[in-house]
Amino acid sequence: MDHPVVVVLVAMLGGAIRVSTPFMFVALGETLTEKSGRINLGLEGTLVLGAMVAYATSYLTGNPWLGVLAAGGAGLILGAMHGYICKLPKVNDIAVGIAFMSFGTGLAFFFGKPFIQPTAPHLDAIHLGDWTGSPALAQALEVNPLFFVGIVLAIVMWWGLKNTKWGLIVRMAGDSAASARAMGVSVDLVRFLATAAGGFLAGIGGAFLSLYYPGIWNQGLSSGQGLMAVALVIFARWNPIRAIFAALLFGAAGAIGPSLQAIGITQGYYFFNAAPYILTLIIMIISAGSKSAARDVPGELSITK
Amino acid sequence: MTAETADAVIAVKRASNVKALRLAETLIIPIGALIASAVIFSIFLLIIGKSPVTFWQLIWTGGFGSSFSLQNSLQRAAPLVLTGLAFAIPARIGLTMIGGEGALVLGGFASAAIAIPLVLNHVPPVLTLPVMALIGMTAGGIWIGAVGWLRYYRGVNETISSLLMSYIAIAIMNFFVEGALRDPASANKPSTMPIGDAYRVGGIPGTDVHWGFAAGIALALVLWVLMSRTTFGFAARMTGGNPRAAKAQGLPVGMLMVSCCAIAGACAGLAGFFEVAAIHGQANASLVAGYGFTGILVSFLARHNPIVVVPVAILFGAIAAAGGVVQRRMGMPDATVLVLQGIVFVVLLVSETFYGRFKLFQPPSTGDRV
Repeated sequence: MDHPVVVVLVAMLGGAIRVSTPFMFVALGETLTEKSGRINLGLEGTLVLGAMVAYATSYLTGNPWLGVLAAGGAGLILGAMHGYICKLPKVNDIAVGIAFMSFGTGLAFFFGKPFIQPTAPHLDAIHLGDWTGSPALAQALEVNPLFFVGIVLAIVMWWGLKNTKWGLIVRMAGDSAASARAMGVSVDLVRFLATAAGGFLAGIGGAFLSLYYPGIWNQGLSSGQGLMAVALVIFARWNPIRAIFAALLFGAAGAIGPSLQAIGITQGYYFFNAAPYILTLIIMIISAGSKSAARDVPGELSITK
Repeated sequence: MTAETADAVIAVKRASNVKALRLAETLIIPIGALIASAVIFSIFLLIIGKSPVTFWQLIWTGGFGSSFSLQNSLQRAAPLVLTGLAFAIPARIGLTMIGGEGALVLGGFASAAIAIPLVLNHVPPVLTLPVMALIGMTAGGIWIGAVGWLRYYRGVNETISSLLMSYIAIAIMNFFVEGALRDPASANKPSTMPIGDAYRVGGIPGTDVHWGFAAGIALALVLWVLMSRTTFGFAARMTGGNPRAAKAQGLPVGMLMVSCCAIAGACAGLAGFFEVAAIHGQANASLVAGYGFTGILVSFLARHNPIVVVPVAILFGAIAAAGGVVQRRMGMPDATVLVLQGIVFVVLLVSETFYGRFKLFQPPSTGDRV
């Protein structure tokens, strides 16, 4: 068990599970939003604001789960604002996303200043690996309940989009606004709700960042993770189940640097830190040209036109 | 006068009327958005128990109040002009390119890196500085040019890819600054070797404002001519309006997109060069100051017009310069400016919906004459 390769692989497994959870939540939220035909690039701001609100709430109330809920609420508000503004005529949803990226981060840094120092109660993990007798493996298999919530949510969303009336309405609004209107569906309302719900999920992703891993609140907490999750949705071709696997892949890439550090390789630390961004870019280049992506894309989406 | 010439005169008058109304609309709506944002931010201040009157007074005195603060504002406006242009030029061809921050950092780093052998070999500043500027612009130009290339030839969304490339650019700088190119003397803040005072870009005569500000204004003028008075600019704007139609007309859409992006990257890279050569004297984490992101807002407020970018950049340079005063005197966090910018950005985009909505700005209906 002490072979360096094993150590790195175990650390990467644990890292993948830990790092992937925020990706998962943001990606699931964005999948829902994009399925309804709108894109929310502002989830990076939502993620940061969610992290701050969760940390502050947990510190002030002593209950981290209340923090998770508050983060979802903050995300819901940002998402609802985004959804409302985008339904005004002549407003470009990508530009609004960029604006909300800076608005969300600005609010988070402003109100988060007093919370950088104090330590807030964290979310507890479920210990799945104690039976293995290996401390490294046991540590890698400490899994936060939110990870399982995310997986269940993905399955429910995948099933719901396919088999329920609500799923059909969301897909119809995303594929052809004209036919949705012809069926008497309010496209604006569907997209508003889908964007708000997407914001809620992204806020929870932020709560995971500040309350579990890395489990701190500071201004450099999320550098582009919300945005990478948006790219991940395209890579997962708007399928919630595939989004889970894509999030795990991204998590593993993000864990390369720290895992190598665990066995004393610090050379190129900054290079490995850039690995998730490079991976995202490569994945985007590959998936943008693919025919299957072109087939699965919601017809009303502005980002792929 | 025949009936036809009378008609022609009326048509010309109408056309100039329509133009004036358009201009009034594009002036009044953004200014209205700024005023609305100021009101919203004042309400925000009241809610958190701070005085809006003190705040705006401090912004005024800290930004424009004295010749010292004015020069400070212009100093900070210099990179904003260039990063504003870096967003505006791709925007004219229909691209939402938000990687100005990365191109600035990479350009600054590249120019600081090329300076090391030149300074060590005592190459005179007259030669060194232009080489540094050129390398900075080239690095930024290639970096963002690649974004345009990926967009056209591979169909990769330019908004996401350009932001990802910003993070990669910052990682590249950190990699070298904390490794191979680290100056051993920089203990607390890893940096490249300082270029030394002899190699610094000085102030515009009579001021403390460095030459980057003048360079930004000159570039804004050149790019305005390029975008609105040349065939290149016409083709680019036509592509921005309708890429498919432009392609059907036989315009080299791919070449136009890559060129516009490369120009944008060169602007941001030049901003990085001036930050290194005039402000910091070396490349380090201070280059990541958010100028690239504020430039996006500057460009939106200027409606992507290169000339208008200059005054808008001065406005936001002043707000940034006054931010420090506000922080000290009102005990507010440094993110206050970020909140204000975020509000302006959101309100500004909401205001887009009002174009064509006000009767006042619409030309009177022509009746049966046309």
